[in-house]
Amino acid sequence: MHDASVRRVKIGVVAESTPGETRVAATPATVAKLIDLGYDVAVESGAGEKASFLDEGYAEAGATVASADEVWGRDIVLKINAPTSEEIGRLADGSYLISMLAPGLNPDLVDELAAKPITVLAMDAVPRISRAQSLDVLSSMANIAGYRAVVEAAHTFGRFFTGQVTAAGKVPPATVLVAGAGVAGLAAIGAASSLGAVVRAMDPRPEVADQVKSIGGEFIEVDVESEMGSDGYAKETTDEYNRRAAEIYSEQAAEVDIIITTALIPGKPAPRLVTAADVASMKPGSVIVDMAAAQGGNVEGSKPGEVVVTDNDVTIIGYTDLAGRLPTVASQLYGTNVVNLMKLLTPEKDGQVVLDLEDVVQRGMTVVREGENLWPPPPVSVSAAPTKPMPAVKEKEPVVEKQPMTQERRFTLIGIGVLALFLINAYAPDPLPQHFTVLVLAVIIGYYVIGNVHHALHTPLMSVTNAISGIIVVGAVLQVVGDDPATRILSFVAILLASINIFGGFAVTRRMLSMFSKG
Amino acid sequence: MSAESVAQAAYIVAILLFVMSLAGLSRHESSRNGVLYGIVGMTIALVATVILAVQDAEAIGVVLLVIAVVIGAAIGLARARTVEMTGMPELIALFHSFVGLAAVLVGWNGHLEHPHYALESLERIHSAEVFIGVFIGGVTFTGSIIAFLKLSARMKSAPLVLPGKNLLNLGALAAFAVLTIVYVASPHMWLLVLVTVVSLGLGVHLVASIGGGDMPVVVSMLNSYSGWAAAAAGFLLNNDLLIVTGALVGSSGAYLSYIMCQAMNRSFISVIAGGFGIEASGDDDTDYGEHREVDAEGAAELLGDASSVVITPGYGMAVAQAQYPVADLVSKLRAKGVDVRFGIHPVAGRLPGHMNVLLAEAKVPYDIVLEMDEINDDLADTDVVLVIGANDTVNPAAAEDPGSPIAGMPVLRVWEAKNVIVFKRSMAAGYAGVQNPLFFRENTQMLFGDAKERVEDILRSL
Repeated sequence: MHDASVRRVKIGVVAESTPGETRVAATPATVAKLIDLGYDVAVESGAGEKASFLDEGYAEAGATVASADEVWGRDIVLKINAPTSEEIGRLADGSYLISMLAPGLNPDLVDELAAKPITVLAMDAVPRISRAQSLDVLSSMANIAGYRAVVEAAHTFGRFFTGQVTAAGKVPPATVLVAGAGVAGLAAIGAASSLGAVVRAMDPRPEVADQVKSIGGEFIEVDVESEMGSDGYAKETTDEYNRRAAEIYSEQAAEVDIIITTALIPGKPAPRLVTAADVASMKPGSVIVDMAAAQGGNVEGSKPGEVVVTDNDVTIIGYTDLAGRLPTVASQLYGTNVVNLMKLLTPEKDGQVVLDLEDVVQRGMTVVREGENLWPPPPVSVSAAPTKPMPAVKEKEPVVEKQPMTQERRFTLIGIGVLALFLINAYAPDPLPQHFTVLVLAVIIGYYVIGNVHHALHTPLMSVTNAISGIIVVGAVLQVVGDDPATRILSFVAILLASINIFGGFAVTRRMLSMFSKG
Repeated sequence: MSAESVAQAAYIVAILLFVMSLAGLSRHESSRNGVLYGIVGMTIALVATVILAVQDAEAIGVVLLVIAVVIGAAIGLARARTVEMTGMPELIALFHSFVGLAAVLVGWNGHLEHPHYALESLERIHSAEVFIGVFIGGVTFTGSIIAFLKLSARMKSAPLVLPGKNLLNLGALAAFAVLTIVYVASPHMWLLVLVTVVSLGLGVHLVASIGGGDMPVVVSMLNSYSGWAAAAAGFLLNNDLLIVTGALVGSSGAYLSYIMCQAMNRSFISVIAGGFGIEASGDDDTDYGEHREVDAEGAAELLGDASSVVITPGYGMAVAQAQYPVADLVSKLRAKGVDVRFGIHPVAGRLPGHMNVLLAEAKVPYDIVLEMDEINDDLADTDVVLVIGANDTVNPAAAEDPGSPIAGMPVLRVWEAKNVIVFKRSMAAGYAGVQNPLFFRENTQMLFGDAKERVEDILRSL
């Protein structure tokens, strides 16, 4: 299948050197997909151990398990964290490095990388456009971290999340406040509400209110105007908004049991949302998870990577490795993001990398190309800008609206109908009232019997009722045996016509139904 | 135990089976049993009636009966076996006309036989029943014939607009009422002839003035009429079986038409009275801009890269017989892992559920064929929508332009998808005569030509 004369590009998956890192940039499942794309993959021995991916699994998926030196010398090196200087030295000339780099925050690192004739793609610099979502590691890691933040909070918190009424008394549900309804915030809202907590959320972008509600949270509106930045992240907010939001945070802090903060602004220190005074007003035993601790923290008093307990017994968790605390799934999602990037870089699926800098996604991620510093990329606008004004033509009420019948008119009509029926039956001689009884009941049955007919069965239903209405043949049969020749002829024709109906109708319905099949 | 009481008992069993038949047909799982119940019920009813009729009949009557049933069965079965699924609407309309004509004939027989009643009032009631039966039957007969002609394109589908058409309809009804009173007083033959002519004329005018786009409602309404005609015959002949069965068919048909009218945001009454009156604003010179074309290769490429595809078929797919290549396309895309689904507008095609039948014929699994309401919210996340021979049912003007003749009609919001490919013969307007701004949207590309050939081209390029 692959052209034997063309050398297959070799990918190396290295073990992470960062202390405490548990993740790995590829799993057996994603390795298999990389091999499908035509690549030759080697994994450093023991690279996936902490994420429960053993060397045997990689070998089974078709990768070779190799030493660190061999893996670092490959054409493409896949990694999670930014490399150390020593590691950069191990990269071969002309090779690719694909890893998280935070290039905006680490200009020195970018310069160091650009000093070598290598190409570097930053997994955490994917433009926020819908097409690129499948390779956005920030989203996939934030999702995991949001979930884990709730788990950490629940672990520390001394009560149930869900309310319970037990034989030993009633327990109220925990109240959780999530600050920031981005990917991490939404994941936290979902996890906390599925544990049974009452969840409230705040975000400067009012348009996320529906998303918050859809996963079980309650959106607290800050009644001030705000905007979304052209890059898909929340902009820094206005003074007026901040003042109002601060008031709400202070009110909420005194009320809620758990606060999870997720607010980040790219390239800037994290906004301070919860002050020391707010923390002091919280109930003893409350828990705060500051997911922005590494970027300076949303909560005053949080320490990156540490757990702080305040004087009034409020625990502030500042872990910076929340995603890494679920190493198996984090590695799997990161690995899938990498596979999706490799798909983009391998348009022919032939194991040959084609870097297209005309493509905004690839351009955005490329930090260094063959020793040339390309950071920062030109700005990208979000394709579906939510701030676009709604089309003004959207009318609330369609013009061709049915005039709803007024209550009086409806009652009058029903009254007239009932009265007419009553009069007919009161005055008519015998067989008639009986017939009317039968008629009325049959009409009602007919109405209810097809009340919830499946849409796809309308045609078969119609052809079967058509066949059944051929029952008129009964009338003609009773007449054909009469004495009058004219009656006989007319009845003969009527029977013939109705028979066509009966036999044809049933046959055609059977034919139709025999075609419906479930896939 | 007389023949009468046996027949009565058999009728009750038959009625029960008919009800079970209709109930069975409301779900896929029970639909086949439903047909079976119907057949068994009909057999029981027929056998019981024949026994009742022949017990003291002359041989000639019995012979005629047998001959008529055999001929009718042969014709009916032959038509049912050979009919194309695309021709289903016409066939059903034609079948309805048979019931209508049979009802007229039964009514005439009622006049000719003219049994003698002990009471004068019963005599009058009999006359009124003859009249009502003939009238409903006549309207059903010619109405169905016109529907058949329109559906099979033997007649122009545009609505016939006579001056004062509502007056004509009302006049016919008033004439019917007057004639009934006269006939009840003195049952003369010429009155019956007159009312037959009036009813036939009303049937023609009623359906002729309804546009082709509303035909699904009309067919289902005629279905209902044919039931009422049978019920009227039941009154005439003192036969409960006819009354019950006729009323079942009549009320279920009427309810079905009502559901469909709601789906189109039309007034039930105005559709039935031919009042929708498509006054397409002919002076529509809005500049919609340029449409963009795509060829089959381009469409194939787009489909190949898509992860989700929704196909919204319309009558054009039926006309071009494109359901088979479409089904092939679907299985090919599904084999590639593309999520393919169908979005069916309630009035797509010329018969309710028409598209479902065609897709089923082509072996498209019914669980990927969704209704408009089920799929509308997913369209925004869809990569490619293929609009095959549909026009008005995907027209954004219905949702966005309050001045449009189809404003307020619920439509498939295909324009929200990332890409829309419209299969169309030319840039002509749809059945409702309304221009479709969808064709000029930025995310829309037109693929001109015969839908079947174009889909086959795409299949080759995939």
